[in-house]
Amino acid sequence: MIWLSFLAQIQFSPEQASRTASQVDLLFLCLVGITGSVTLVVAAVALFFLIKYRRTASADRTPAKNSSLTVEVTWSVIPLAIFIILFGWGARLYLHESEIPANATEIHVIGKQWMWKLEHLQGKREINELHVPVGRTIKLLMTSQDVIHSFFIPGFRIKEDVLPGRYTTQWFTPTRIGTYELFCAQYCGTNHALMIGRVIVLDPTAFAEWLRRGEETVSVAQTGERLFRSFGCSGCHSPGASVRAPLLQSIFNSPVPLQDGRIVRSDERYIRDSILLPNTEIVAGYDPVMPSFQGRLSEEELFALITYIKSLGSSQQSSTNAIH
Amino acid sequence: MSTRAAELAEQFEDVAQQREASTLGMWVFLATEVMFFGALFLAFSVTRSLHVESFSQAAKHLDILAGTINTAVLFTSSFTTALAVSALQQGQLKRVIGLLSVSIVLGGLFLAIKGHEYHEKWVEGFFPGNTFAVSGPAGNEVELFFLFYFILTGLHGIHLLIALGVTAVLVWLIVTNRVTPTRSMPLEASALYWHFVDIVWVFVFPLLYLIGGR
Amino acid sequence: MSVLLYSSDTDEPRERDSYLTPHTLRSWLLTTDHKRVGLLYLFTIIVFFVIAAVAAGIMRLNLLTPRGDLVQAETYNRLFTLHGVLMVWFFLIPSIPSVLGNFLLPLMIGARDLAFPKLNLLSWYIFILGGAFAFYALLIGGVDTGWTFYTPYSSTYSNSNVVLMAAGIFIAGFSSILTGLNFIVSIHQMRAPGLTWFRLRLFVWSLYATSLILVLATPVLAITLCLMALERIWRVGIFDPSLGGDPLLFQHLFWFYSHPAVYIMILPGMGVVSELIAAFARKRVFGYTFVAFSSLAIALIGFLVWGHHMFVSSQSVFAGMIFSFLSFLVAVPSAIKVFNWTATLYKGSISLDTPMLYALGFIGLFTVGGMTGLILAALAVDVHVHDTYFVIAHFHYIMVGGMVTAFMGGLHFWWPKITGRMYPELLGKLAAIIIFIGFNLTFFPQFVLGYLGMPRRYHAYPEQFQVYNVLSTAGASILGIGYLLPLLYLLWSCFYGRRVAENPWNALGFEWETASPPPVHNFEKAPIQRDEAYNYAEVASAPGAGLS
Repeated sequence: MIWLSFLAQIQFSPEQASRTASQVDLLFLCLVGITGSVTLVVAAVALFFLIKYRRTASADRTPAKNSSLTVEVTWSVIPLAIFIILFGWGARLYLHESEIPANATEIHVIGKQWMWKLEHLQGKREINELHVPVGRTIKLLMTSQDVIHSFFIPGFRIKEDVLPGRYTTQWFTPTRIGTYELFCAQYCGTNHALMIGRVIVLDPTAFAEWLRRGEETVSVAQTGERLFRSFGCSGCHSPGASVRAPLLQSIFNSPVPLQDGRIVRSDERYIRDSILLPNTEIVAGYDPVMPSFQGRLSEEELFALITYIKSLGSSQQSSTNAIH
Repeated sequence: MSTRAAELAEQFEDVAQQREASTLGMWVFLATEVMFFGALFLAFSVTRSLHVESFSQAAKHLDILAGTINTAVLFTSSFTTALAVSALQQGQLKRVIGLLSVSIVLGGLFLAIKGHEYHEKWVEGFFPGNTFAVSGPAGNEVELFFLFYFILTGLHGIHLLIALGVTAVLVWLIVTNRVTPTRSMPLEASALYWHFVDIVWVFVFPLLYLIGGR
Repeated sequence: MSVLLYSSDTDEPRERDSYLTPHTLRSWLLTTDHKRVGLLYLFTIIVFFVIAAVAAGIMRLNLLTPRGDLVQAETYNRLFTLHGVLMVWFFLIPSIPSVLGNFLLPLMIGARDLAFPKLNLLSWYIFILGGAFAFYALLIGGVDTGWTFYTPYSSTYSNSNVVLMAAGIFIAGFSSILTGLNFIVSIHQMRAPGLTWFRLRLFVWSLYATSLILVLATPVLAITLCLMALERIWRVGIFDPSLGGDPLLFQHLFWFYSHPAVYIMILPGMGVVSELIAAFARKRVFGYTFVAFSSLAIALIGFLVWGHHMFVSSQSVFAGMIFSFLSFLVAVPSAIKVFNWTATLYKGSISLDTPMLYALGFIGLFTVGGMTGLILAALAVDVHVHDTYFVIAHFHYIMVGGMVTAFMGGLHFWWPKITGRMYPELLGKLAAIIIFIGFNLTFFPQFVLGYLGMPRRYHAYPEQFQVYNVLSTAGASILGIGYLLPLLYLLWSCFYGRRVAENPWNALGFEWETASPPPVHNFEKAPIQRDEAYNYAEVASAPGAGLS
C-alpha cells in the first residue's frame, strides 16, 4: 500500500514555481526526449543485429563495405545540427536568466558556514528563510563571508555560486504561492548539508503583513547613511569637504573614468572595491588618498553603504549582465 | 635518455630507431615542461593583473644587476653547450669536454649568483612567512610577489641543477668512450634540455625583474 | 610458470618459459618487462579500488536515512573525498593505460618492449610513492575538501591533511606523464614493419590520444596543486580572496586539467570496446578511420571545454556560451564511435562471450552517460542540475558504466593472454549481468534525485528524497557483489583455470600470434603487418577457414 501511494506521488521534477521553471523543464524534456529516442533507436538496432547476426544464425553475411563517407558525414552532421539547435535554445534561456530585469526588488544574501543571512531593503532580516510576494521580480545580491557557497532554489530552477570577496547576482519571479526548498549547492565544509532553508512565497497582502510584523526596522539605506557618517565617508565625499573626493550623487551605475585610462561602470562591485581596495581603481583626476576600510566593515555594513549610495540616484543606464 | 650509451638497448631494432626514440622522448618531455611552466606563468600573470601596483613596487626590490649577469651567464652556457654538440659531431673530444666543463661552471655560477640573491632577500626579510618584512594588506601582496619569485626561480633552479648533473654525467660518458661522435644522442638530448632551461629563464627574467621593475 | 604451447605447424606441445617464469620478488620489483609492470599496476590499483569502493559503500549506507547519522558529517565528507581522489587518480587514470596499455601496446605494435622500459618501472615506483603519501594522508584522518579542492576552503578553511594529499596526487601525476611519454614515443618509433598508422589497432589509437592528454594536461594539475598547497602553507593570496587572491583562478586552472582528465578516463575504454566488438563480431570495425580520428578529436576538443564545470561560478556569460557550444561539439566524435560500433555488428558473426557482454554494456551505459552530458551542456538546464545528483549520475555512467565496464571486458578478453589460463565463462557472464543490473539500479535513480534538486556531497537530505536513495543503495549492494565475483574467480583461475594456447578467441592481432602467456621478449620472430587491421573478412573467406 505504501508503494502504491508512493507511485501516485512520483515526482520527477520539483514544482514549477517561477517563470523560468517551466521554460527550463520544457528544454529538459526535449533534451530527454531527443537523447532518449536516439538511445532507444541505437539499442534497438544493436539488439536487432545481435539477434540476426548471432554466430549460430545463418544470415546473409556477404561482405559489406567497411566504411562509407556518406554514412559518416550523415551521422556527424545531423547530430551536430541537432546539437546546435539545443545549444542555442539553452544559451538563449541562459542569456535571459542572466539579464536582471530593471524593476527587480533587491534582496541581500550573505552566505556563511553554515547559514544564509538575508536582508530586505526595508531592513527586515531573515536567517535561512526568505519571504517574497508572488509575482514580484526579485534580484538577489549575494556574497559570502568565508568560503564559496551556492544559492540554489530547485523550485525556481535557479542557482548561482556565492563567493567571498565579490558579489554575484541572480533573479527570479515566483509564480506560485507556497514554500520551496533552499539548498547550499557548493560544498563548504562540515555542515554543508545542513545549510538549507525555505523560500516562502506569499500573496502580496500577506507579504506586506509579514513585513510589518515584528520590530520596527530601519531601512538598509538609512543604516547606510548612518555608517556613511560614522565612518567618516562624508568627511571627504561631500560638497565643501576639505579633501577632494568624487561626489556620489547619481554615481551608481554611471561610467567612471579611471586614472589608467579605462572606463568602468560604477556598480556594486566597483563601489565595494573602492571601499576596500581604494588604490586599485583611482578615478581620473583624483589623488590616491582614500584609506582602505578592509577588515573594518562587515558584509552587512558594506551592503548598507552600497544601498545608501544607490539611493543617491543612479545613472540612466540599466544594469545589463550583472553576473560577472 | 639511455645512459648505456655505447650499446643498442634490447628493445630497439637498430641504432637509428634508438636515436630517434631518444630525440622524440626528449621533445615530448620538453612539451610537458612547457605546460608545467606555462601554467605557472599564467597563474603569475593573472595574479599580477590583480595587483599591478604592488607587484611593480615589489619587483623594484629585485637585484636587476644580478639578474642581468645571470642572463648573460646562462646564454653563454647555452652557447658553449651548442658548440660542444657540434664539436662532438666533428670528433674533437677534448674540445667537447672543455666546453661542457665551461657550461657546468657557468651553470654553477648562475646558481651561486641566484643563491646570493636568495640570501639577500632572506636577510632583507623578503622570504614569505611569519618574518616577512612588510605587513598589512599591501604587505600581503608583496609577499605574494615574492612567493611567485621564489617558486619561479626555485623551480627553474632545480631544473638547472638537474641539467648540471646530467651534463656532468655526460662528461664522464664521453671520457669513458660511451658517448662518441657516432653515438652522440645522449649529448644532443641533454643539450636540448639545457637550451630549454635557458629559454625558461628568458621568460622568467622579464616577467619578474623587468616588467614594471624599473 | 611454463606453458604448453601447440604450434600451428605440428601438434607437439613444447615447454616454454614465459614472462611469468622467474618467481622471485626481486625479479618482479626490478623488472623492466612491460608485461610485468602492467601486472604491478594491476595489483596496486585493485588495492586502491577496494578502499575507495568500501568508502562508497559506507556513504551509500549512510544515505539510507534522511538524517544520515550512520557516520558523522565530518566523516562523510572525508569519505567522499577519499572516494573521489582514489578512484580518479589512483584507480581510473592508471587503469586501462597502465595495466592493459602497458601489457598490450608493445605486443600490438609488434615490439619487444616499450621505448623506455626503465622509465616504465620508474613510473610504477613514482605511482607507489604518490600512493603512499595519499594512503598516509588517509590513515591520519584524510581530507574533507572533495577531490576538487576548491579554494578558499582547501587552502584556508579546511582542517584536514590537504598538503599531504596534494603531495601524493602531485607525485602520482609524474607517473602518468612518464607513461604517456613512453606510449607516444613507442607508437611513433617502434611499430613493426608494414604497420603504418592506419593499420594500427584502434586500441593503440586510443592510447595515443590518451597519452597526448596525459603529457599535456597533467603538468597543469601539478602546478595548480602546488600553488594551492603553497598558499595553505605560507598564507598568501593566490586563490584566497581575503588575502587578495582569485578563487576562480583556481577553478580555471583545476578544470583545465580535470576536464581533459575525464577523457583520459574514457578514451582507453573506447579503444578496448573497439577491440572487443571487432573480435566478437569477427568483423573490421566500421569506419576505422573515423573512429581513429575521433579519438584525436575528443582529445583536442576536450582541452577546450573546461568552463562547463563553471557555468554558475560567476564566470562571464560569454565564456559560458563558448564552453557550452564546444561541449556540444565534443559529443559528436563520441556519437560517431557509438554509431560505428553499432554498424560493425551488421553482417558480423556475433558471439556473446563475457567480454562482448561488457562491450555491449559499455555502449548502452556510455550512451546514457553521453546523452546526459549533452543535457548538462545545455546552459539553462545546467543552472538547475549543476552540483546535484544529476551530475553524479552522469559521470558515474561514463566512468563506471563506461570505463570500468570496458576495463572488465578487456581484462576478461586478454586474461588468457596475460595468465595463460581461461576464466570460468559462466561466472563471467553472471557477473557481467549482475554488474549491469546493479549499476543501473544504483545510478539511474540519481538522475531523478538530481533533477528534483538533491545537491551532491550531502550526508543528510530532506525526507522526500529517501525512496530514490534507498533504491540507489540497494543497487550499490548488488553492484558490490558483481565486482566481488571477478575478483574471486579471476584469482581462482590463476591456479585452476583451463590452460590455453596462443589464440583462444581466434582473434586477429599480433598479441594472438604469440604464446599465452607471452615469452619475455614477446615474439619468437618479429611480426610483420601484411594487411589491414581486423582483416576478418579475408580470413573468413580463406580456404579451410570456418565461421568461428
